Amino acid sequence: MKKTLLFIVLTGLSLVSNAQNADEIVAKYYETIGGTKWEAVTGILMTANVDGGGMKIPLEIVKMSDGRGYLKLNIQGQEIIQNAFDGTTSWSTNFMTQQAEKSTSDDNENAKRSSKEFPDALVTYKKLGYKLSLEGEEKIDGAACWKLKLEKNTMLVEGEEVPNIEYYYIDKDSNVPIMMESEINSGDMKGKMGQTKFSDYQEVSGLIYPFSILQGIKDGASQPITFDKVVINPTVDAKTFMFPEN
Amino acid sequence: MKKQLVVCLSMLCSFAFLAQTNNLINGADYFGDVKARHIGPALMSGRVSDIENHPTNSNIVYIGAAGGGVWKSNDGGVKFNPIFDKYCQSIGVVSIDPSDPDNTVWVGTGEVWTRNSVSMGDGIYKTIDGGKNWTKMGLEKSDRISSIQIDPKNPNTIYVGVLGALWGDSQERGVFKTTDGGKTWNKIFYINEKTGCSELIIDPSNSSVLYASFWEFRRSAYSFSSGGMNSALYKSTDGGLTWNKIHSGFPTGKLGRIAVSIAPSNSSIVYAVVECEKAEEKGLYRSNDGGATWKFLNGDFGLTVRPFYFSRITIDPKNPDIIVKAGLFGSISRDGGSTFKSLGAMHPDIHDISFDPLNSDKVFVATDGGLYRSLNGGTTMERIENLPLSQFYHVSVDNQEPYNVYGGLQDNNSWYGPSASPGGIEARDWELVGQGDGFRVYPHPTKPHIVYSEMQGAEAIWRFDTKEKQLRVVKPYAVSGDPTLRFNWNTPITTSPHNPDRLFAGSQFVHVSNDMGNTWTKISPDLSTNDKLKQNQVESGGLSADNSGAENHCTIFTIAESPLSEKVIWAGTDDGNIQVTKDGGKTWVNVLPSIKGLPANTWCYHIEASVFNEGTAYAVFTGYTKGDYLPYVYKTTDFGQTWMSIITKDIPVFARSIQEDLKNPNLLFLGTELGLFITLDGGASWSKFENNFPSVAIHYMEMHPQKNDLVVATHGRGVIILDDISPLRAVTPEILTKTLHFFDSKPFVMSEKSSFGGTSSEVEFVGQNPSDAAQIKYFLSKRHTFGKMNMEILDSEGKLIATCQAGKQKGINTVEWYFNRQAPKVAMGKTLAFAAGFAPNVKAGKYTVKITKGNEVFTKEIEVLYDPKSTFTQSERIEQQRVTNDLFDMTQDLAYFVFVIDRWDDCVANYKSKVPGKNKVADDLDKALDALRDKLVVTKGDNYVGAGEPQLREKLGQIYSTIGSYYGAPTSSQLENIAMLKNSFAEAKAQFEKIKANNLKAFEKELVKKSINLPFIVPFEEFLKLE
Repeated sequence: MKKTLLFIVLTGLSLVSNAQNADEIVAKYYETIGGTKWEAVTGILMTANVDGGGMKIPLEIVKMSDGRGYLKLNIQGQEIIQNAFDGTTSWSTNFMTQQAEKSTSDDNENAKRSSKEFPDALVTYKKLGYKLSLEGEEKIDGAACWKLKLEKNTMLVEGEEVPNIEYYYIDKDSNVPIMMESEINSGDMKGKMGQTKFSDYQEVSGLIYPFSILQGIKDGASQPITFDKVVINPTVDAKTFMFPEN
Repeated sequence: MKKQLVVCLSMLCSFAFLAQTNNLINGADYFGDVKARHIGPALMSGRVSDIENHPTNSNIVYIGAAGGGVWKSNDGGVKFNPIFDKYCQSIGVVSIDPSDPDNTVWVGTGEVWTRNSVSMGDGIYKTIDGGKNWTKMGLEKSDRISSIQIDPKNPNTIYVGVLGALWGDSQERGVFKTTDGGKTWNKIFYINEKTGCSELIIDPSNSSVLYASFWEFRRSAYSFSSGGMNSALYKSTDGGLTWNKIHSGFPTGKLGRIAVSIAPSNSSIVYAVVECEKAEEKGLYRSNDGGATWKFLNGDFGLTVRPFYFSRITIDPKNPDIIVKAGLFGSISRDGGSTFKSLGAMHPDIHDISFDPLNSDKVFVATDGGLYRSLNGGTTMERIENLPLSQFYHVSVDNQEPYNVYGGLQDNNSWYGPSASPGGIEARDWELVGQGDGFRVYPHPTKPHIVYSEMQGAEAIWRFDTKEKQLRVVKPYAVSGDPTLRFNWNTPITTSPHNPDRLFAGSQFVHVSNDMGNTWTKISPDLSTNDKLKQNQVESGGLSADNSGAENHCTIFTIAESPLSEKVIWAGTDDGNIQVTKDGGKTWVNVLPSIKGLPANTWCYHIEASVFNEGTAYAVFTGYTKGDYLPYVYKTTDFGQTWMSIITKDIPVFARSIQEDLKNPNLLFLGTELGLFITLDGGASWSKFENNFPSVAIHYMEMHPQKNDLVVATHGRGVIILDDISPLRAVTPEILTKTLHFFDSKPFVMSEKSSFGGTSSEVEFVGQNPSDAAQIKYFLSKRHTFGKMNMEILDSEGKLIATCQAGKQKGINTVEWYFNRQAPKVAMGKTLAFAAGFAPNVKAGKYTVKITKGNEVFTKEIEVLYDPKSTFTQSERIEQQRVTNDLFDMTQDLAYFVFVIDRWDDCVANYKSKVPGKNKVADDLDKALDALRDKLVVTKGDNYVGAGEPQLREKLGQIYSTIGSYYGAPTSSQLENIAMLKNSFAEAKAQFEKIKANNLKAFEKELVKKSINLPFIVPFEEFLKLE
């Protein structure tokens, strides 16, 4: 009898901890960051000052719900756009010539494929047909997290279709991601894991957004960005997204 | 019922409470930014045990290392990344699932090249995402897995060859099969507890056909035996249901290790290399009928040498007559095995060879010295330069700045190299100080150019003068009346904390020299058991004699002189004695009997004499050479009269070394076969340290007394350093409850070293440098996720100097500040003036770190010092700072000056847009402003070779950053240059005054006339705040 009771209690406790599934975790996350209020959001604009070895570099990131976006650096008054996408064309400013250059056809296609991930890939995974699974639990930065695997549609790397997988670590206490991981598919760091950490979640226009991100390589260097301002539904000149035809 | 429920719940609660109280400080939650730094090196790399090529994509190559885990290349072997760091690093085999080669890979742990220093495995693993995540799939007691064969038609059917335990009997050996993808395993073929499956292959054209070679073998601490009546080659044609010995044409009698391989292009052709009793029958056999009959072909040295180490044969995927055989040098036959020649020059001791399945000219070779690649079928070999798999046996450090790390490697000599080097620690930074297998290497404590090193079995103990390049053998020799001296393969030598010229060496006796090895005195009797039955190494090897010295036994293995008293010396032996003298060697006491629970003859691997108390010591014993993988670590505080085990259930495997912290007696580091464990509470609980630290075997550790760095000799991943572990000393139960706790720090030094960086190519491994920034360390009781958190550096007057990104993780956070204040605001031009954006260092002094976390503010004072090794005087430094500040201000003045001009220029443009047609006043002003700006900043070109001629901004930026980044006074030439630039700036200002007086006045009238606003020009202070 005692044994049965202990079993029931233990089972009960384990049920509590296993009651989550990937869908529920993401649903909780969505609810935590504002839920359906996001449906009315057409875009986000974030500004920050990045530290370039003591040089303050103002930065502006815009992400629109229709997939358009850019990252703009202001160095000594020169505006340098990176990872811009106008819905059709992906491009960046070349640092040397300060002229806009189109991204590779792979990057352009990948930008198109991810353009409907707004506000992010987790929230939109079902709509976009991505596959989500709960991989288990892991501690990140000392916080107990759910580990989610998000298998997106394939991406193009050097002309080949390759799996496009992201791992999200959702803080069990606060229901928000504190880290995202994905394998670097090209370049010198190919094969290493890229990591982005999220913190400083704050309320903006009724929505919760991470004001601090730390991007880097697993067990390697990282670059922090802390936003001083996040604007929901910003007014952005449509020309800024567009590839400037010379 | 209710009562029972309450009891149960209270029991659960009390379990939780006990767990908390027994494990007061769960370090793993708090290690945070205490991270491992890998310095390699990779120039000598280390033993690679297995190679696996992707069947259809030549870019994907996996290797399994003897002690360094699994690595994957995505570029055909140019570069590799480690993908198995969390798990056992001793690898037997890596196998790609042929039906899902991009994703599914299996790894069998436990190296099968069974030398004396080999580690062990802990089962079989699988990834289904190309190595990003792994799952253990069982066979935990397999010890070492030789082969994994996956049915090409059915990936759920997998056959595993388990070689099994090396050091004792085991029943988890033979051939295992799963038909459910590894959920369950059946042992389908087993011989006995002494005989394992050393090779299992599947016929690529018929997955029901399997060949399995079985090997009877055993290693002990003092002998090795290869061969027996149970060694044999078997074949199954029914998926492993039945097996038949296929020895027609094979030698009779006892057999040893058998390598076997099927020609991929013709499954009827099978090759086997057989170890047997008669020398003339050892060698290569070929079967043209699927193993039914065999014909002896060749007994060349390259085929018969050391079968336990080299039994691997590989056939060209397209040509059944091209055969490569592992061996001392590796050999290749192009005539079906009739004749062989050596492969191209490379590091000896070849363990595996693979052909690129799509291009047989591309060959990979696994050696004791890393991985090689050939693009011409093995004729010339190039070594892969980014595999830091070095297998250190030991490590020591010196007191130089930066300090050096010394150690010897399995089959890769003895070395020392810096713990930091410009651009990172490169291959060229390492200096060779010994040959052969290298073990313990020590710098002379006060003569840094003198280094002691040794080779196996103390065949030599060298004293090497690195300055004069003088090399002298200084080993102790047997003298009249001595028995044969027995030196361990890894002979203990050590220097003394009390006498810099003292050197200890251990045979069965403790030898001491007080003149750097010139003369030696025995200060002990034979401290071993002197068991004659364990001293018959000449018989070692079994069917192939193998008396390399690796099995020398009944020897002293560890010697420790107390740092507190030179009279107290400890010695531990490989046959299980632990002896201590309190009178400098006159009398010795074997204190082994007072250790309770330690099995007899358990190898005393390391004794750590405490820095806190003469009578305190730690002893680490390993029983793995008797098949016992349990950890045995003890502490005594009374010279060995009593011992207490400090092992808990947290330690899953045997340990080889322990390091006591030098300040906190409760902080201990334990080097185990599966990585590093740390206790913060004197051994009451242990936590695995995983921050960039693989589960690699640790053979020795040393702590640098000034830097507080833990320097770890790993046997497979080189030297790994935990920089400045001092925060771990300060983690106490009290601070765990604080929201944020700053750790005290020594004053931070602004290094004045400059360099042009390193010279390694992009594909070479470069060891990480320690940070030379101010490292601000604090403890967070909980990960910061919600709300603002930032860090600011304030000067003594509370003025903001710099902002830093605060660390947010639970536990120890380290934020780096590079002593810089903010850079000046720079004039806007057409191009970027990078030099002008230079941020100068702060002055030495006290600063306040301010962390704002939500509504709470935490502050800590830190101190910044100039480099004590600086060659500059204070007055030179003051002059440098004065000039730098002057140029800083001038840069900002120029920025504002250009800003004002630009605003007027904008206004002219605005005017022109509103007032069409020619207007002389506006045009003249426009021209005048353009002409002036052209002298101030670059107005055309790009940021590279199309850049315009440098103007005042660029020239000013150059001299500013040049002077600002130096630490002494500017040169007179530099000062003259500044005077010239100041003059140019003054002239420009005068010119603008003229423009104001003439053109601007007239233009202002035009604006008023046309009701167009004057430009709004913010004052200088406001301008500085603009983004």
